[in-house]
Amino acid sequence: MATETPPPAKTPAPLPSGEEFVAEQESAEFGELRRAHRSFAFPLTGAFIAWYLLYVLLSNYAGGFMGTRLFGNVNVALVLGLAQFLTTFLIAWWYARHAAAQLDPRAEAIKSRMEGRV
Amino acid sequence: MSTAPHALLAAGEASRHRPLIITLFAVFVAATLVITVWAGRRTRGAADFYAGGRQFTGFQNGLAVSGDYMSAASFLGIAGAIALFGYDGFLYSIGFLVAWLVALLLVAEPLRNSGRYTMGDVLAYRMRQRPVRTAAGVSTIVVSIFYLLAQMAGAGVLVSLLLGITSDGGRIGIVALVCVLMIVYVTVGGMKGTTWVQMVKAVLLIAGALLLTLLVLLKFHFDVSDLLGSAAGTSGKGTAFLEPGLKFGASGTTKLDFLSLGLALVLGTAGLPHILIRFYTVPTAKAARTSVIWAIGLIGAFYLMTLALGFGAAALIKPAEITASNKAGNTAAPLLALHLGGVDSSWGAALLAGISAVAFATILAVVAGLTLASSSSFAHDIYANVIKRGTASEKQELGAARWATVGIGAVSVVLGALARDLNVAGLVALAFAVAASANLPTLLFSLFWKRFTTTGALWSIYGGLVVAVGLVLFSPVVSGAPTSMFPGADFHWFPLENPGLVSIPAGFLLGVVGTLLSKETPDRAKYAELEVRSLTGTGAH
Repeated sequence: MATETPPPAKTPAPLPSGEEFVAEQESAEFGELRRAHRSFAFPLTGAFIAWYLLYVLLSNYAGGFMGTRLFGNVNVALVLGLAQFLTTFLIAWWYARHAAAQLDPRAEAIKSRMEGRV
Repeated sequence: MSTAPHALLAAGEASRHRPLIITLFAVFVAATLVITVWAGRRTRGAADFYAGGRQFTGFQNGLAVSGDYMSAASFLGIAGAIALFGYDGFLYSIGFLVAWLVALLLVAEPLRNSGRYTMGDVLAYRMRQRPVRTAAGVSTIVVSIFYLLAQMAGAGVLVSLLLGITSDGGRIGIVALVCVLMIVYVTVGGMKGTTWVQMVKAVLLIAGALLLTLLVLLKFHFDVSDLLGSAAGTSGKGTAFLEPGLKFGASGTTKLDFLSLGLALVLGTAGLPHILIRFYTVPTAKAARTSVIWAIGLIGAFYLMTLALGFGAAALIKPAEITASNKAGNTAAPLLALHLGGVDSSWGAALLAGISAVAFATILAVVAGLTLASSSSFAHDIYANVIKRGTASEKQELGAARWATVGIGAVSVVLGALARDLNVAGLVALAFAVAASANLPTLLFSLFWKRFTTTGALWSIYGGLVVAVGLVLFSPVVSGAPTSMFPGADFHWFPLENPGLVSIPAGFLLGVVGTLLSKETPDRAKYAELEVRSLTGTGAH
């Protein structure tokens, strides 16, 4: 194995071997963790990028619709722009919740087992 | 930005307050130097220098990430763009903010779990070390230098307008001063000192923006509709000022350009090396997640405030006055401070001085973060792992990092002096486009695609880099338009100013094609190691 990094200052537990990592990667437990991450993060990434691009396209090609006044001087464009802020905050909060409930316990269990702290 | 008489008049307005601006700025510099020396005494090994000892909390790092991200381009540039172009200025901040979700969902935690000091650690993890480390180092340095140039050009503009220094010698002197300070911050304080400087700067910037926002809203009795109406009225553009199109809607080409810019903004952030290395300053992936969430909150709040600043400036200051001070509107926020305090009152002068000092602080802090990213990558990726093939001692490696800092500082003085008339926004957008085209595809494929190979990684890094930089070279940014770097020449054939629309898909595609065409078999055990470590944190330290 390439020794590309100098030994760390504090001596952590030695890394498990390559075979152990391959076995872990193929285990059902790790499969669940991978699925819990990917099935949440991948579609959501697709969704927020699509929602952002939709907003960009509307700004570009639907000027009339975006200029529609809703109340006072506040128009659709401004509300949709602020909605991008709101969805960003909401997705961040949602991911934090998902990670704490679905990812952290699984990751922690695998980590302690592999580092031999069980 | 020339020495045209009207610009001098507007600059004179600000330069009357020069002693106060300089005093406030000197206080900031002195305070940050104390922090730097204090942090320097606590910097012993590589983990301290590169990663601040990994002891910062998620909140502290969230503040520092925000400090690194909210550059002069976003504070002065976005407020100015909104002041001049209304709604279209706001479009920038949306892309800059949404981009953080890519970092949150896909990049920050795996990076923290599997890397140590640089972006190259993760890119090269399961690949042949030397070629991929070299590529990662090259792309880190290219992205950081473009970003650095933008900050330097911004510093020059700001100084000439706020301090009334318009002579070439004076401006080069200021750029040199910025470089000397950044070399001291980085070589003495390392990541620890730089992180504290970012935190102080972020607090100052947010406090300054908050104060101005409250003053604007107070002026309009917290009636947002009234603020918008006044902005539309004073701008002379009517309701069009509140709708998309004033900046990007001129023709089919400018619309495509905006799409291209939007793509680069939303995909670039998670590939910016100076942002990525910040995630190594916290102890765990969970703390990295917390820092991104704080960053999203702080940066989002800040961009909402720039909305009030931009529309406030548009409502209270005639557009002619803004453009007389700076054609791109970069001085709208300081001018707004002056108007809110009262043009002839000492309160107005103090406010102007305070906001100007915050803008300087912003440039200094961002420049330090960029320099640290590129010197770390040079020392850790190129010097230690490529040139010395992993045999360098920690002391040698850190020595190389400090010399690289001095070298980058020297290069920046020269380039900064040459780049002082370049389009600041164009340079930043280019940095984002290169990051999105070269770094992001390689990071994502490395972390999530089992088949990805060394050849694929090299194709996506170099391919994305060459396509992005090449297209800019033949775009109106460089030649063929009055606003070009070389307005006299015309060798452009690519119509868009931002290459993202072509170069980002190209970067992803080249990664796939390079992988499928290469005959090498991916290192299965190494990918198992990377995947398990990146998701679980096994062996992270």
